[in-house]
Amino acid sequence: MEETPVDEGDTNKDVEVAPALIALHPSENSVAVAVGSDLRVFDLVGNCAVSLVDESGPPYHKDSIRTICYGSKGQLFISAGDDKTVKIWSTESWRCIYNVVSEKRVSAAAISPNGLHVCFADKFGVIWVVDLDGGVDGNQPLVNKKAVSLLSHYCSIITSLKFSLDGRFLVSADRDFKIRVTMFPTKPVNEAHEIQSFCLGHTDFVSCIAFVSNLQCSHGFLISGSGDSTVRLWDILSGSLLDTCEIGDKVELLDSKEREGCHSAVTSLCTIADGALVAVAVQSLHGIILLNCDLSNHTLSVVKVVSISEETFIPTSLSTSCSTGYLWMVTGVSSLHNLGHSSLAHVKVMSGFNKDNSTANDVSVVEDDAIPGGTKLLEKLQGGITFDEKVFLAAAEAVKTAMSNLLTKKQYSIEKRDFRKRTRNDRKLKQ
Amino acid sequence: MLENEANPTISKSTGLPRKRFYRARAHSNPLSDSHFPIPISPSEVDYSLHYPQLFPSNDQRDKNKKIEFADIGCGFGGLLISLSTLFPETLMIGMELRDKVTEYVKERILALRVANPGQYQNISVDRTNSMKYIPNYFEKAQLSKMFFLFPDPHFKEKNHRRRVISPYLLDEYAYALRVGGIIYTITDVEELGEWMKTCLENHPLFEALTSEELEADPAVKLLSSATEEGQKVARNEGQTFQAVFRRISAAP
Ligand SMILES: C[S@@+](CC[C@H](N)C(=O)[O-])C[C@H]1O[C@@H](n2cnc3c(N)ncnc32)[C@H](O)[C@@H]1O
Repeated sequence: MEETPVDEGDTNKDVEVAPALIALHPSENSVAVAVGSDLRVFDLVGNCAVSLVDESGPPYHKDSIRTICYGSKGQLFISAGDDKTVKIWSTESWRCIYNVVSEKRVSAAAISPNGLHVCFADKFGVIWVVDLDGGVDGNQPLVNKKAVSLLSHYCSIITSLKFSLDGRFLVSADRDFKIRVTMFPTKPVNEAHEIQSFCLGHTDFVSCIAFVSNLQCSHGFLISGSGDSTVRLWDILSGSLLDTCEIGDKVELLDSKEREGCHSAVTSLCTIADGALVAVAVQSLHGIILLNCDLSNHTLSVVKVVSISEETFIPTSLSTSCSTGYLWMVTGVSSLHNLGHSSLAHVKVMSGFNKDNSTANDVSVVEDDAIPGGTKLLEKLQGGITFDEKVFLAAAEAVKTAMSNLLTKKQYSIEKRDFRKRTRNDRKLKQ
Repeated sequence: MLENEANPTISKSTGLPRKRFYRARAHSNPLSDSHFPIPISPSEVDYSLHYPQLFPSNDQRDKNKKIEFADIGCGFGGLLISLSTLFPETLMIGMELRDKVTEYVKERILALRVANPGQYQNISVDRTNSMKYIPNYFEKAQLSKMFFLFPDPHFKEKNHRRRVISPYLLDEYAYALRVGGIIYTITDVEELGEWMKTCLENHPLFEALTSEELEADPAVKLLSSATEEGQKVARNEGQTFQAVFRRISAAP
């Protein structure tokens, strides 16, 4: 699709599969997994599955969920995606308290650190803000809310949206290699006109961003992962690139087969132990790469690759809380039509992270029965505890194809371009 | 190298490229994906390619000397050529989406440089989509002037977001312009003129120039006369609508 954002036109369901997502409550009270249109939450305190309450009734989402996240205070949770609906949940009652209708599919979302605003991005690159009227009451009845547009990346798909740790900046990453840092307005209904910086340096789509906290700098340092096989460290005030960490060769070492000189795109990243360590998920890698983030020297370097024994476990999403030593991973896909499977998810946990251990010597994969919540949790989040492992390889492949279809620029041959131009509908109208 | 004799696209009498060999379709869709090289960041804009006499080597160049004027949708380049001699010390670039038109402007500048040694060294052109890639070319507050002369009108309501002046794009122009920098717009389409003026008036980082300031600004005089489109409108005795605004700092 030469004009992806303009006319969504011919949509092939098989190339549009969505990766499974995972998010952890900031105090590890609960953990959520989204697979396809399914949202599954497990209560780690009560050690039980959560039943969501949504007055609009199930299914809560009518198409693939593309983004989930907890607010940094842990009171709010949002889910949003291809059904053009943003749902804002209270994590106390697990009721959906706000419902927001978007004009377009939603690709990313974030909650402001003070819990007063929710921002989300649509497939046309417009970012919207929802004012939560000063706070949340977990038992309020469902309210339909309207969003106001805040800023726009000109017709580029926004892949990730994050607030700086102090809430002063809203950072948005896109498919056009760009990261934009915008001053979040004090009165958000007034639109966000002031651009603080652009972080430029990636040479392919930016897939994920995260903040690393630092005592000297209240807004935090930014790290980003990209289709160009690098993770980069940025100063968001100036937009300066502080360091670039190549991860492509690390993946190659582990997995020498099937690389046609193609990049290993970074698909997810999350900061651990206050950001001293960064966990990175990469296409085709059954495991994660751990990076050391040294903020006094402004460096990012590979500490080690932690591989997972099952070759079929290629994480599609990572999450951790600020408090504990667990890294949560999920792999899965919304649906695989040709295989007749739907909503596959597989959850794993790594342990052994702690603040002083930058060598990550003790990091290892936790056995299924030793995972917090145990098999009960796995049953809830995965939808079962046993499955055909091979399906996950197909799932990983489908996720990879979908990502490249969505985010990689198409290169057409000259003939094909000419043909496309001749057959374009908007041209025909004029003649 | 310019071989006038052998090259029918160059006029024998003037030595300049002939426009009719560089005709292209009238409109390009600025929303489509691009297939031309884009600098990854402003530090990767190769000044030695654009201004070879002023910057013999890109690696050893004076990094403080930067492009200051941008002509967005420069078309056949008439404005750049007038500005070049009016502001001989200032580096300027035209941004144009249509490749044939960009090629024409390149040839035109090269020919002018040959015909007028030492002159026209401060202007250049790049094929790019200005709606997507302004931040790839210019750092924050790098520019002192941006020109939008006779932009495509995109009449239909649903195509308004293709307009090169819009509330969102003004955020990016405000980023590229320094405080005190000036944005110039002109059109012969009344509705578009209204639209551009309203967008600028409603934007907190821009304020209109006073009529005295407009009077005193030599660039304002070029708006209706320097470009090919402007000359066409003038020949047909068409009306023009201009909006000239200054970048101001944000209210505290
Ligand atoms: C009507 S012409 C005016 C040209 C010139 N400014 C003049 O006054 O003669 C508008 C020009 O803007 C160019 N243009 C349109 N959208 C553009 C974009 N997104 N980026 C760069 N140029 C663009 C078109 O290709 C066209 O040459």
